[in-house]
Amino acid sequence: MQVYLDNNATTMVDPTVVEAMQPFFSEIYGNPNSLHKYGTASHKALSKAIDQVYKALNASDDDDIVFTSCATESNNWVLKSVWVDHILNGDKNHIITSEVEHPAILSTCKFLEEQGVKVTYLPVNHEGIIDPHTLKSFITEKTALVSIMWASNETGMIFPIKEIGEICKAKGVLFHTDGVQAVGKIPVDLQAVHVDFMSMSAHKFHGPKGIGALYIKNSQPLSPLLHGGDHMGGRRSGTLNVPYIVGMGKAIEIATTRIEEKMAYIRAKRDRLEDALLELDDTFVIGERDHRTPNTILISIKGVEGEGMLWDLNRSEIGASTGSACASEDLEANSVMLAIGADHELAHTGIRLSLSRFTTDEEIDFTIKQFKNAVERLRGISSSYAKQKPTKGGEVQECDLHHHH
Amino acid sequence: MAKNDLLGASLWDAYSNKVTTLMNSPKHQGELFEDEVTARGNKLIVADFGAESCGDAVRLYWEIDPATDTIVNSKFKSFGCGTAIASSDVMTELCIGKTVQEAVKITNIDVEFALRDEPNTPAVPPQKMHCSVMAYDVIKKAAGLYLGVDAESFEEEIIICECARVSLQTVKEVIKLNDLKTVEQITDYTKAGGFCKSCIKPGGHEAKEYYLVDILAETRREMDEAKMKAAADASAAGGAKFEDMTLVQQIKAVDAIIDENIRQFLIMDGGNMEIIDIKKNDEYIDIYIRYLGACNGCASSSTGTLYAIESTLKEKLSKSIRVLPI
Repeated sequence: MQVYLDNNATTMVDPTVVEAMQPFFSEIYGNPNSLHKYGTASHKALSKAIDQVYKALNASDDDDIVFTSCATESNNWVLKSVWVDHILNGDKNHIITSEVEHPAILSTCKFLEEQGVKVTYLPVNHEGIIDPHTLKSFITEKTALVSIMWASNETGMIFPIKEIGEICKAKGVLFHTDGVQAVGKIPVDLQAVHVDFMSMSAHKFHGPKGIGALYIKNSQPLSPLLHGGDHMGGRRSGTLNVPYIVGMGKAIEIATTRIEEKMAYIRAKRDRLEDALLELDDTFVIGERDHRTPNTILISIKGVEGEGMLWDLNRSEIGASTGSACASEDLEANSVMLAIGADHELAHTGIRLSLSRFTTDEEIDFTIKQFKNAVERLRGISSSYAKQKPTKGGEVQECDLHHHH
Repeated sequence: MAKNDLLGASLWDAYSNKVTTLMNSPKHQGELFEDEVTARGNKLIVADFGAESCGDAVRLYWEIDPATDTIVNSKFKSFGCGTAIASSDVMTELCIGKTVQEAVKITNIDVEFALRDEPNTPAVPPQKMHCSVMAYDVIKKAAGLYLGVDAESFEEEIIICECARVSLQTVKEVIKLNDLKTVEQITDYTKAGGFCKSCIKPGGHEAKEYYLVDILAETRREMDEAKMKAAADASAAGGAKFEDMTLVQQIKAVDAIIDENIRQFLIMDGGNMEIIDIKKNDEYIDIYIRYLGACNGCASSSTGTLYAIESTLKEKLSKSIRVLPI
């Protein structure tokens, strides 16, 4: 049995979505900017996709939702254009973000720091979320932008976006949220919260890769990242990716229709899996269940190194994820794992399982069995569970070998 | 970055079949217990290296025949990824049958080599070479416990890069011999820093006593000093070539020639000159001068006098000299 439990990384494209995209490759392929009928043939489908996205997010008709190539582009667009508009050509010099953002935010902030921008990276509490009052205390009159994710890709923890939005509104500071892990997983109502900009990506909710969007409240000014032929009202140039826009519209419609029901369906499976895994001794899960996206578990298993665990799961054809340093190119532990702490052990023993609406009960049963087998085997090898004590003088001080930062 | 780097390499695809096989079923995984070993008249040594909070840990067990110092059996326990488990397994295998004195000569390079499918294809991707280093470290520790000496005493030289086992002396020699200017060049010449990268600069996976960036800076400074000393010695011996002199020596040499051959004539005419700077480029050595007193604005200062200064310096010091009044 093959079990894909890495849906926070990417998802399977819903076959219904593929079907909706199909006509726009070889049948209706005209450039929507052309005057002839081949160009205009796609307008109806594009309008429908736009309607689907606005409806799914309860965006106002006064707002802009501009299609981009991915959430990385959307994140770059906001950060770099706020820099150009309000720092290079304004009197601000400061951006606030968190330590646990996606690299699309953190690397861009590092780049902006090299350009002279002051960036505050807020720490997170033990549950891995930002405290709004802490955030408030860091806002100054020089702050141009606050960028805080809606939900964490690693832990699934949902951030207090409503409170943060209100603080930013009261302080007159722009607020961007990376909504990649929220859209399609939990209700996102853009008229119920104050958010100036929100990034999203279709492949996280069973749409295709290579298409995302940026929400811009009240169509407010934001210099383009991509200049060109004035597509999307001049906000984002580049010939419209017609089939992918159609696919994103269809995918977001499916994901958000009766979302409470879908959440309950996924949550029930997630909770059953989590309960079963927590039956193992010396394990813990990060974050209160009710504060997480309903599909995510980040579990730490004492004595079992993350990459080794992933290896055994992969042998059982189960796809999961780890933040373990051993699984990374540079041997550096995942910064998010380090930021949420747990004595650094989480950085080496954390396994993330992320479900989707396509996950079945049989897959959960199979995963529980294989997961327990893997833990048993690896703990059997693990020095952490060895019985014979070292010869006198053969012990090690805790972590005298490596340093952490 | 080029075509082959566009897609990040798949970590697991770079493991040898041996690594995969041993990760899936390690042969020497397990424990040896004090009472059993003692009952057989042998001595048990158990050594730990690393810790779970560090991300990797290994415990090595040796059953030693005290009459011959031979390791008759060996087991391991490991908290670590696949390559750590496979490295530990091969390490124990390499130890069995050897005396403690022989075992301590097993290095991480031997461990990695034993994990290869083909002699010329590395068993693990570069960043995973680090896992085999722990095997080497724990052997040294076990041997130190048995022989009652410090584990570090087995190391004859200061090792900078443990993954590739490159010594401080080698790194310094290669920098000097090949006039290396960057850490990348050091890695190209010696492989040091090409694996887990901890030894390149502070802040990597593991804290080190020496870093390549510091060694490079230190060695370059030593090279500069040696060059200066050579120039000073040559100058003292009177046989210095103008091109090889330090800037200060060049200024002094030019001044000496001017004093000896030129300055008196300028002073007789109520003028003088001073040297402002000396700049070297591929083709010329440009000596910038400034006229003083009556020389300043004198018609001859840009023709006859200048020619006399330049030709004298060319003759006495170097053909590449140009004199440029400012």
